[in-house]
Amino acid sequence: MYRRSLFGLAAALAVAGTSLFAQDMIKIGAIAPKTGPLAGGAVVTQWPNVRLWVEEVNARGGLDVGGEMKMLELIEYDDKTNPGEHIKLAQRLATQDKVDFVVAPYGTGFNIATAPIYGKFGYPMIAVSAITDKMEELTTRYPNLFFTLGTTTAFVDGVKEILIEQRDAGEIGNEIAMVNVADAFGIELADRARELFGEAGFDIVYDKSYPLGTPDLSPVMKGAKESGAKAFVAWSYPPDSFGLAEQAIIEDLDVKLYYSAVATSFPAFKGAYGNKINNVLGAGGTNVDNPAIAAYRKAHMDITGKVADYWASANTYASLQILEQAIVGAATLDREVVTQYIKDNSFETVMGELSFTNNFSNTFWSVGQWQDGVFRGVKGSNVIGAVPVRAKTGWSD
Amino acid sequence: MNPATVQELIWAGVLVALAAFWPMMSNGYWLGIGVDVMMYTALATSWMLFSGPTHYISLASAAFFGVGGFVVGSGMSDYDASFWSMLALSAVIGGVLAALIGLATLRLSGVYFVIFTLGLAEMIRNLVSWVQNNFLGSRGLYVLTEFTDAHLYWMLLVTAGCVYLLGWIISRSRLGFALRIIGGDETVARHVGINTAMAKVILFTTTGVFGAIVGAIIAPRWSYIEPNQVFSPQLSFFVVIMALLGGSGRLWGPVVGVIPFLLIWNWVDSNFPNQSILVLGVAFLVIVYFLPHGFVGRIEQLRARARGR
Repeated sequence: MYRRSLFGLAAALAVAGTSLFAQDMIKIGAIAPKTGPLAGGAVVTQWPNVRLWVEEVNARGGLDVGGEMKMLELIEYDDKTNPGEHIKLAQRLATQDKVDFVVAPYGTGFNIATAPIYGKFGYPMIAVSAITDKMEELTTRYPNLFFTLGTTTAFVDGVKEILIEQRDAGEIGNEIAMVNVADAFGIELADRARELFGEAGFDIVYDKSYPLGTPDLSPVMKGAKESGAKAFVAWSYPPDSFGLAEQAIIEDLDVKLYYSAVATSFPAFKGAYGNKINNVLGAGGTNVDNPAIAAYRKAHMDITGKVADYWASANTYASLQILEQAIVGAATLDREVVTQYIKDNSFETVMGELSFTNNFSNTFWSVGQWQDGVFRGVKGSNVIGAVPVRAKTGWSD
Repeated sequence: MNPATVQELIWAGVLVALAAFWPMMSNGYWLGIGVDVMMYTALATSWMLFSGPTHYISLASAAFFGVGGFVVGSGMSDYDASFWSMLALSAVIGGVLAALIGLATLRLSGVYFVIFTLGLAEMIRNLVSWVQNNFLGSRGLYVLTEFTDAHLYWMLLVTAGCVYLLGWIISRSRLGFALRIIGGDETVARHVGINTAMAKVILFTTTGVFGAIVGAIIAPRWSYIEPNQVFSPQLSFFVVIMALLGGSGRLWGPVVGVIPFLLIWNWVDSNFPNQSILVLGVAFLVIVYFLPHGFVGRIEQLRARARGR
């Protein structure tokens, strides 16, 4: 009897507890890889920013939703870099956990795969780590999906502009050595680059691909060296961006321009190679001299204990600021109203003032360069503070 | 593996008819689980068609599944083909591929065959990437359709039903009899005049066809196809574990393995998100120590005991 009444008391408390919570909490769902091939990128760019944002908002006492302060409650899952798993978890967030809002997934494929589910439940998705040339078709199909990091073409264009500048400056000739990882993103970028570089009068004298996750990149780099081209461009992913740099150092690749795509902007890239990678170009960039960015980077360091990457970290944080300001601005948790608010307004973020035209924010960095220990933006769209590109001079410390 | 009975076929028909109502009764999450259940039921049953009677453990499911997904992605994205034509094409390609592989490798036996099939998915992934990179080019493989989970569920249900029906027919045919003899002792089978190579290749081909069809049907659900995701080796292990958990003695074995496995997997996944992979290991231990013939073996054992009394 005693046991039963105790049990009843506990149950009553539990019920009271949850209903109390439900009133002044905003449930935020986040699904991204913690394991699997994309985990390396997600734990640098995605997860720390989600936690930083939730902690900062809660430290401020929550969000003001129509005069009522509501704290954030984060529900997070690991999709194991598996689309099937991710879709199932997204359905779980929407129908079982009944979260109020979601953080957009990490990776192009995952954003597109979940757009129908989140769309059905009216969640706005402010995608960051998703780059595609199909933006118009996708946002027409999924009006709840927003893009903030640029298009495939914009990324290739940034590199093309630099190549032309360096050719005009006499640093490089018409020959380019180009390699790519044989996976969706790498193939897409290389394909576009062949077109755009060709139009600009460049000759791709070495054009090679390698499989994702290949352990030995030395033949690739040896071939690039033998081609004698003074410009090296790699459409690469996290593990191989590192491997290529390592081989370039071993082979002492004699180029005036060296570019590798994703993960070149990671602090670990400099951590691995120190000043040897000075003047290496990569996808992304940021303006560390901007006071807003500097404050954000300091908070990131203080709260998560990690240095923010020099590219999509700031965009990821900005996307959460947009969501926050839209909820406060719309003064409701009604997702349809909040989505419309995102479309109609502009937002003050660490990336500056952002707004959407046809669900696309045209403010982003496309190319950056390691300059004396800092990865600075050199090309971008609607961004301030781009610095001039420097020529690569050897691989010594 | 025993020959299937007419009674079993009737039960299967009733179950398929009942299962068709699931999308009307469940919401997003449970319907999503239903899609998973149907997908693995189809894959594990088609795995059973070949591996059940012959005792060849194949880890090639991901290879054929990936081919199906990739053909649909590439065709719809790069050549504006329709989903249905690509579904048909993927079945053909999956079948041809399985036949070629079967001809080349079914002489291997035991652990050599297992290792080869494990490497197969990786090999095909690299081959596909190489072809796409050098000859096709790509703007990303988008599979954008109007299909909802309910549509995919029904398509998978039909596929699973077809696999079962085919397995039922085969198990009562001369071919099925030949396969059981091969499973018992391959040397004996050869001595009594069975063309063992041909029998094995035919069955391996059906596994390839259905693997590719399931991969093709799942592609619209993923919307964006990346080779390193559709060729995930984890899928092959899942299929084998679920099939063995169910038991390889009966054609309906996989069904009783898939459902409890996925329910436990999802429960662990949502409550202890970082420990879910443990379920795979525990399931394997349970099979080895407690259920050597799967749930089917246990059920038949209990039935026999009940009858004995």
